[in-house]
Formats: sequence, structure tokens, C-alpha cells
Amino acid sequence: MDAVFLARLQFGLTAGFHFLFPPTTLGLSLLVLIMETLYLRTKNVLYKDVSAYLVRILGVVFVMGVSTGIALEFAFGNNWAAYARTVGDVFGAPLAAEGIFAFFLESVFLGILVFGRKKVSPKTYRLSAVLVFFGAHLSGLWIIIANSWMQTPAGFRMEGGRAVLEDFFKAALNPSTVIRYVHTILGGWTTGALVAMAIAAWLLLKGRFPEKAVLLMKASLAVFAAAAVLQLGSGHAHSVQVTRTQPEKMAAFEALWETQEGAPFTVFGIPDEKNGKTHLAVRIPNMLSLLVHFDPNGKVLGLNEFPKEERPPVFLPFASYHLMILFGLLFILIGAVGVFLQARKKLPGARRYLKVLLWAVPLPYLANEFGWISAEVGRQPWAVYKVLRTSDAVSAVVPAGNILFSLILFTLIYALIGAAGFSIILRTVKRGPGDEQAEAQKGEA
Amino acid sequence: METWDLLRNVWYLLVGVLLAGYSVLDGFDLGIGALFPFLAKSEDEKRTLIRAIGPVWDGNEVWLLTGGGALFAAFPLAYATVFSGFYLALMLVLFALILRAVSLEFRAHDPKRRGLWEAAFVGGSALPALLFGVALGNVVVGIPLDARTEYVGNFFTLLRPLPLVFGVLGLCAFLLHGSAYAALKTEGALRARARTLARIMGMAVGAAFVLSFVAVWVYLPGALKKIPAWIFSGLVFLSLTFFLSALGKGKDGRAFVFSSAVFLSLWGVVGAIHYPNLVRATDPSLSLTIANSSSSALTLKVMLMIALVGMPLVIGYTIFAYRVFKGKAEPGGEGY
Repeated sequence: MDAVFLARLQFGLTAGFHFLFPPTTLGLSLLVLIMETLYLRTKNVLYKDVSAYLVRILGVVFVMGVSTGIALEFAFGNNWAAYARTVGDVFGAPLAAEGIFAFFLESVFLGILVFGRKKVSPKTYRLSAVLVFFGAHLSGLWIIIANSWMQTPAGFRMEGGRAVLEDFFKAALNPSTVIRYVHTILGGWTTGALVAMAIAAWLLLKGRFPEKAVLLMKASLAVFAAAAVLQLGSGHAHSVQVTRTQPEKMAAFEALWETQEGAPFTVFGIPDEKNGKTHLAVRIPNMLSLLVHFDPNGKVLGLNEFPKEERPPVFLPFASYHLMILFGLLFILIGAVGVFLQARKKLPGARRYLKVLLWAVPLPYLANEFGWISAEVGRQPWAVYKVLRTSDAVSAVVPAGNILFSLILFTLIYALIGAAGFSIILRTVKRGPGDEQAEAQKGEA
Repeated sequence: METWDLLRNVWYLLVGVLLAGYSVLDGFDLGIGALFPFLAKSEDEKRTLIRAIGPVWDGNEVWLLTGGGALFAAFPLAYATVFSGFYLALMLVLFALILRAVSLEFRAHDPKRRGLWEAAFVGGSALPALLFGVALGNVVVGIPLDARTEYVGNFFTLLRPLPLVFGVLGLCAFLLHGSAYAALKTEGALRARARTLARIMGMAVGAAFVLSFVAVWVYLPGALKKIPAWIFSGLVFLSLTFFLSALGKGKDGRAFVFSSAVFLSLWGVVGAIHYPNLVRATDPSLSLTIANSSSSALTLKVMLMIALVGMPLVIGYTIFAYRVFKGKAEPGGEGY
């Protein structure tokens, strides 16, 4: 196994594991903010209890995100030193900015949310919830800025083999930043909200804390249904952008081999890269052209248009892109059924729907990972699109054996903290939103 | 060209400030982690210590991430050389930090494996506390680089006398700072133990500093010609003296201020003997300096604006958070 493959595998594993947590944080921080705002408005203690419950879960999710995030910053230096040398002038700044503008904010005020309920006024507590929400979303912005620059680099010039910053705003707001940010945030809201819905569903099924469960269900369903519908629009806009700025990536997503006017949308198929064919293809004629050009006869570039050594792999981007879309559509359905049941006031008793919610928890995580895989594998063979090849980005001095060694340790450590973290989150959920109320009653009596 | 030079110097200073900020803030919780088994004897005392750092350790660790990010952005060539060159050593630090980051929260919620997470907290604190100094000692004394500024030594090259002595000095300084904070935040037997350890660590830092001085004299004789290094060395001893005297009078707050001053003076010494190098090479003509390893003037300028807007806010709300949690820590209450 060569160093490039191992370094990619390591980054894929560590980033993929990390990416389970930040989306959850995005969604949960929004729900905490909603609950705290409702509590401040209505003075209804139930909201406070639900918020405290979510904060306990958020606390565990957040430390896992922090813990697994450190590895990624290190990786640009240890496994990808040539990358750091070549594009550090442009790429380093957003990482530093994330720390300064976002990560401090999120960490400091999460400390207040977890430890400080009785030490600050309700208004300051709500302000802390606002700042945690804001910090989490700003953190995502800087990471997406950095990652989008790898997809659609802008605002720089090449000088002596190194990328040199020319225009910070052009680099930061490169052609894919805004839409990828919206798409990622909505994915996070969908994830956190579905987790919260499933928790509420579980409480309802068990008949525990029904009042609080209903409050949690209502708020998270509203976020989930809205985010799922908006995601359809943002996903579409994102695919239009990919077609415009990275046409070979769209061709891989759709396994479109030949350039076509009136290209079909492939609903199902097994791409065969060797022969440039898609087996068992089920296609909707002209649909891809219509979707990406708003014109059923618009021209979409096929993979054969591009030199072989500049084509991304096809199978993985194709499969993950389509599964992501499938799950996205499923979320709209789940949201719509929920809103329908809620409107008819039947949601708390709809046991079958509640059970579906429990089983649906892995889906937004899979959708996030699939979206990320299609985006990053679809970027290959480039680390930075048309600027730096992935194979030229690795550290020259790190032997493959060292990468393998650290990869094995990463796998073991992540398996350990993954298993422990998961069981701790389950235990926190099972305790229910209860302790707080007993304390509050004692305090008021 | 002149602005570029100025910006590089400013960023050399700012990266130093971020790393010094990290050692002063995260330093005490790393120190408490490494001393955990010696400080706390009962579950109540353990919880008290954990609650003393629980609300703030995470924000403190962000100083390291931001310092690393700033080093990457401002001096990418130095970042690339050090992180790829010190591969296995930095992986150890990384794994320690990963386990440490989850250890406190997990210890509280996973009673069956409490011992495991406690060990992760102790080991995850002690190992970085030792290795940070070793890494710093290496870039200060000089490492073998080739013409492309790639590291050509191996893992054992890193374990030379001066880096090891720096490692011991760093570890002692973390332990000093941790015990000073523990004394400040606790009461009774726990505080008495923290004060005893603080006194011992005060002496240990003095001894390790003398040893480091000798190592610098032997391996980096040129450093003795730098006047600021002498001034900062004087400040190290002055701060240590004031620290021990404040400790003797039972003024824990003042002692903590002086243990912070010890750390800052140590950074002053390092800066004085290391400037303008980021990574000194065994062959000095290959050294990575502020002149040959920095980012472009524009990047440094943009980053400076980001820092000027962002850091005052960070310092402001960090002070606010410390005020919210001021006073002695207690074993019970919200959080873990």
C-alpha cells in the first residue's frame, strides 16, 4: 500500500468520523436556542427542562466533535505537508479564523450552558445559547470556506509553484462557498432535528414525560420539515453550480459518459468505468438537462470530454450522490407525514410513525456522509481542483509504514470513543428530561 | 517589502502570544490532569478538581488549535516541516489530546469504565505536557533538514539532551501551574496537598531552568550573547521567588498570577534565543526563518485584521466566563 492511498484513507476515516458530530451540534444548538427563547417568553418550566435535556446530549456530542476535530488540523501538516507548503498561504487563514471567530465562542459559552444555569441570569443563559448557536454555525462557515476553496479555488495566483493570495474575499466567497454552506447547514438541521424527534418519539412510546416530549416533538418536527423541504432547493442549486464549475464531477455523479444535448437523469444503474457504460440503467429522458440548465435540450458534458488522467472515479460518487438524494426525498416524506399527523392532532398517539422515527436516526448521518463522499471523491484526482493533484500533496518524508501505524491507532481509538460515546448518549437520553424539574420544584417550594 | 517584514515580525510575536496564552490557560488544566492522582484522594475531591476546570478547559484548548492554525496560516513552510518531520511524536500528542478531550465527560457518564477514562485524563495530560517542551527544544537547538527543508532525522533524533531537558522544564512548569490553580480553587486537605505540590514544583522549575541554562550554554553557546534572554531569565527567577513568597503567605490568587508570569518569562527566553528562526536547522543556512517561511504580505495583513477584530472579543468573553465560575469549586451541581 502506498503512502498516498494510506494518507487518503486516514483523512477519509478521521474526517468521516468527525463529520458525525458537527451536523448534530448544528441542529441541537438550534433546538436549544428555540427552547430557551420559548422559556424566556412563556416562563414555562417545561421548556427549560427540555432545553437542559438537550444541553446534556449536546455536551457529549460537542466534546466528541472537538476531540476528533484536532486530528484534521494536524493532518494538513503531518500527512499533507506538500499541500500545506503549496496552498498554505490561502488555506491556512480560514482555519485560524475558525479558531478566533467561532471555536472560542462555541467552547466558552457551551461551558456556561453545561455548568452555569444557576450562575447566570435567564437572559444571560439565553444569550449563551444564542452564542453557542452562532459559534457552531460560524465554525461551519470557515470550514466550508476552506473546503470550497479546494473545490472551486479563486482569488489567488501561482508563483514559483505556490498559491499566493490575491483577493481574500474572492478566495473566501469562491463560486461554491455560499451554496455548499447552505446545503451543509440544512443537512445539520435535518440531522439534529431528526435525532430530537426520535428522542421525543421514544419518550412518547414509553409514556415518559409526555408533556415535554410533545413540546420537543413539535419544535423539532417544525425544524426538520422546513429543513428537508429547503434542502431540496439547496441541493438543486448546488448541482447547478457543480455542473457550471466542475462539469466532470457532475458527469461522474450522473455516470454520463458522452456529452449530450438533452441528457437523461439516471435513477438507477451500475457504472462500469472500464467500459464506459452503465449497466441496468433506468433513465428519465432529458431530466438532467432540465434540472441543471432549466432546458430539456441543454448540453451536459460527459466524462469522455475530459482527459483520462483528469477524470474522477465514477462508481463511488455516483452511488453516494444517488443515495443522498434518495434519503433527502425520504426526509421530505417523513416531514410531511409528521406535519399532517400534527395538524390533525394525532401525532403523539401515532405509534407506527413514532417507531419509524426511531429507525430513521441513521439516515441523516448516512446522507451527510454520502454527500461528503460524493463531493470529495468527485473532486479527485485533485486535492485543489486543477491546482494541485492529491498524489502531489502528501508529505515526502513520512514513510507509508508510519501512516499505517497511526491509521491503526486512529481506528482503535475512534472505535473506543465511538462505542463509549454512543452508549453515553443513549444513557443520557434514557435518563429523560426529568431531574431538572424535581430540582426546580424543590427550589420553588 | 518593509510592510511585509513588519507583518512577519508581528506574526512571529502573535504566534508566540497564542502559544503562551495556551500554556498559561490550558497549562493549569494539563497540570491538574497530570497531578490528578497525587492531588485528589477521594471521589469528592476528584469531582471538585474536575469541576474546577470543567467549564473552561475546552475554551483553553482552543488556544492551541488557534495557535496551530495561526502557525499554519502565517508560516506554512515551518508548519509543514515540523508536523511531517516530528510525525510519530506529534501523533502521540494527538492521540493523547483526543482521549483527554472526551475523558472528563465520559468519566462522569460511564461509571463502569471510570478508571479507564481517568487514566486517559491523567495520561492525556501528562504526555503532551512533557512532549511540548521536547518539540520546542528540537526546533530551538536545531534539527537536520535537507535542501528542500524536509526533516531528515528520525524519531530518536528528537530525544537529544537539550530537547529532553526542555521537556522536563516544560512538564515542571505545567505541574507548577496546575498545582497553583488547584490551590486557588479548592479548600481543606485538597488545598493543602496542592500547596505542598506547588512548593515542590516551584523548586523543580528552578532546578530544571538551571539545567536548561547549562544545556543551552553547551549546545547553543551563541544564545548567551542575547541580552533579552538574560533579562527574561532574571524574570523567571524573580517570578519564582514571588511565587514561593505568595504561596508561603497563603495568597493563592497572587501565587497563580506569578506562576503565569513564570510561564510567560520562559516564553520570553525562548523567543529571545530563537528569533528570527521558526525552525533552526543543523546547517544554519537551511534554517526556516520569518524571512523564508512566511505567507505573503496580503495573507498576513488579512490575518492581522482577523486577529485584531477577533482576539479582543475572545479575551473579553473569556474573562466574563472566568468571572461566572469564580470562587472555590464544589463537588456537586450541574454539569459533570
